[in-house]
Amino acid sequence: MKNLVKAIIAIAVVCAALMYLVNSLDKTSSQGGTDILTVYNWGEYIDPALLKKFEKETGIQVIYETFDSNEAMITKVDQGGTNYDIAIPSEYTIEQMKQKDLLLPVDHSKIPNLKNIDEDFLDLDFDKKNEYSIPYFWGTVGIVYNPKMLKKDLDFTSWDQLWDPSLKGEVLLVDSAREVMGMSLNSMNLSLNSTDSTELNKATDKLIKLSPNVKAVIGDEVTQLMVNGDAPAALTWSGQAADMMYDNEDLTYSVPNEGSNLWFDNMVIPKTSKNVEGAHKFINFMLDPENAAQNADYVGYSTPNKAALKLLDPEVIHDERYYPSAEVRKNLHVYKDLGKEKIGEYNELFLKFKMSLQ
Amino acid sequence: MQNKRSGSLTLVPYYVWIALFVIAPIILVGYYSLLDLEGNFTFENYKNFLTPVYLKMTLSSFWYAFLITLFCLVVSYPAAFIISRLKNKQLWLMLIIIPSWINLLLKTYAFIGILGQSGPINAFLSAIGLEKQQMLFTSASFVFVSVYIFIPFMILPIFNSIDKLSPALLDASRDLGASRLYTLRRVMIPLTMDGIKAGIQAVFIPALSLFMITRLIAGNHVITLGTAIEQQFLVTQNWGMGSTIAVFLIIFMFIIMAFTGEKRKKGASRRDKN
Repeated sequence: MKNLVKAIIAIAVVCAALMYLVNSLDKTSSQGGTDILTVYNWGEYIDPALLKKFEKETGIQVIYETFDSNEAMITKVDQGGTNYDIAIPSEYTIEQMKQKDLLLPVDHSKIPNLKNIDEDFLDLDFDKKNEYSIPYFWGTVGIVYNPKMLKKDLDFTSWDQLWDPSLKGEVLLVDSAREVMGMSLNSMNLSLNSTDSTELNKATDKLIKLSPNVKAVIGDEVTQLMVNGDAPAALTWSGQAADMMYDNEDLTYSVPNEGSNLWFDNMVIPKTSKNVEGAHKFINFMLDPENAAQNADYVGYSTPNKAALKLLDPEVIHDERYYPSAEVRKNLHVYKDLGKEKIGEYNELFLKFKMSLQ
Repeated sequence: MQNKRSGSLTLVPYYVWIALFVIAPIILVGYYSLLDLEGNFTFENYKNFLTPVYLKMTLSSFWYAFLITLFCLVVSYPAAFIISRLKNKQLWLMLIIIPSWINLLLKTYAFIGILGQSGPINAFLSAIGLEKQQMLFTSASFVFVSVYIFIPFMILPIFNSIDKLSPALLDASRDLGASRLYTLRRVMIPLTMDGIKAGIQAVFIPALSLFMITRLIAGNHVITLGTAIEQQFLVTQNWGMGSTIAVFLIIFMFIIMAFTGEKRKKGASRRDKN
């Protein structure tokens, strides 16, 4: 009994000590103010040297935190108690944040470097006139594949090649309704923002025909599996594909001609910001051609900054895997927020497809 | 040990706990299951559940939970028996329990490495000249990993009931001419039934709502009710439908509890007399 009491006291003491430690750490990290800027970004999505440079140039101290999904980010901002000055969500999440009134408008007069951004990436449907968001990186959805492992000579210039019988039990898909349904819709030259139930059912029927070829429907683990050579082909995002290709040189990436998804991650200023001035400085700093080029070089995604492109390795910017030709780009479409009901329908149909896997 | 008054007083925290964390959530789940996306009252979710997609999912959830429980039992019963006859039984028991202290997700990720094309099993197969096998993303690997994860929960209650069983009873049965098999069937299993039932409860019910592993190990080749709930809440944000699936899951669980729990009291009192 005495030992038990001792053990309980010991656990309580350790907990109290940890609580104290966490609290004191929290105080230093979430105390927003005029000379502190809190940046909330995806993991591995910025060159840390740039944060140092920004601190040196402006004297503003940067606190950097990361998230791993748009949903986690929006929940945290929505619940309050945070004071992020900059967040970098994807386009459909920006639409949601606008609806929920979680964003502050961006003052363009404070961001002269906005002129460096390619006009193709401005004034898009999810944020007309870029009232709330400034482009950070962009990319596509496509197929990453390992030519050495393919039994047949496929180049994935068409989505339909995924249905090829030689790929039986070999294809990896991301566990995301929009991407997989969008792929099927695109393969039939339909819009990936389709809200027509007949079209969606047709897309599902076509997906069910794909099920013999599907090895697995998974999340981020796809990176490791492709790098290890567990599968010859996977549906994935260009950025993730870039990571895989960096670790395994046999891999390559293709965006099929029928069209695909074009996505953006944009910088926004959440309503909870305590340093709006600093946030504008940060956005302007990141749009500086030299900084944007350095960042793109480090992160490996495609930059929307046309002035920065000139500073990048010509080999990279002429690589159509990262910077698709104008012809391919014409067929790329941005996701629209389809509303809860349609998203529900997409997910129900996607579930039906997953049930067909055996 | 305690008089009645202090007994009922000490029960207050228990009742508060049950009301707050068991009754209230169940009522909330029931309430949400009657709401559609806009928060209007509807039975649409229940109608939706009774369509082939969800019924098939329910069936496959039960089938896999049954397989997982069966294999757990087949492995655990002899293991618990052997451990109970060993010299350092507490130590051996400890060794079986320790893996359950490790986070479920970590163990699952470890299995991705072990079962993968470049994992040790396939390396061994190709070293002895056999063809590499696709093990990851099959329903067999899903059952295997789940059984591994649940075994400690099955062994513990069975071990406890076997440990309490007096060896003299088994000896008596043998002396009176019963064969080994007959002794097992008529003496040992009935007397350890409580442990078996507790073990089945501890495995079958969580197995019914497994998720994560269905994606990580089975690559969504296995879809359980748990997977569907996760998707409804996190991706679709359709709390109504998610709650409806949860309501059915709760009903199933009560049915199972009724089946495996009812006779337990009788069994316990009978053994107490021994």
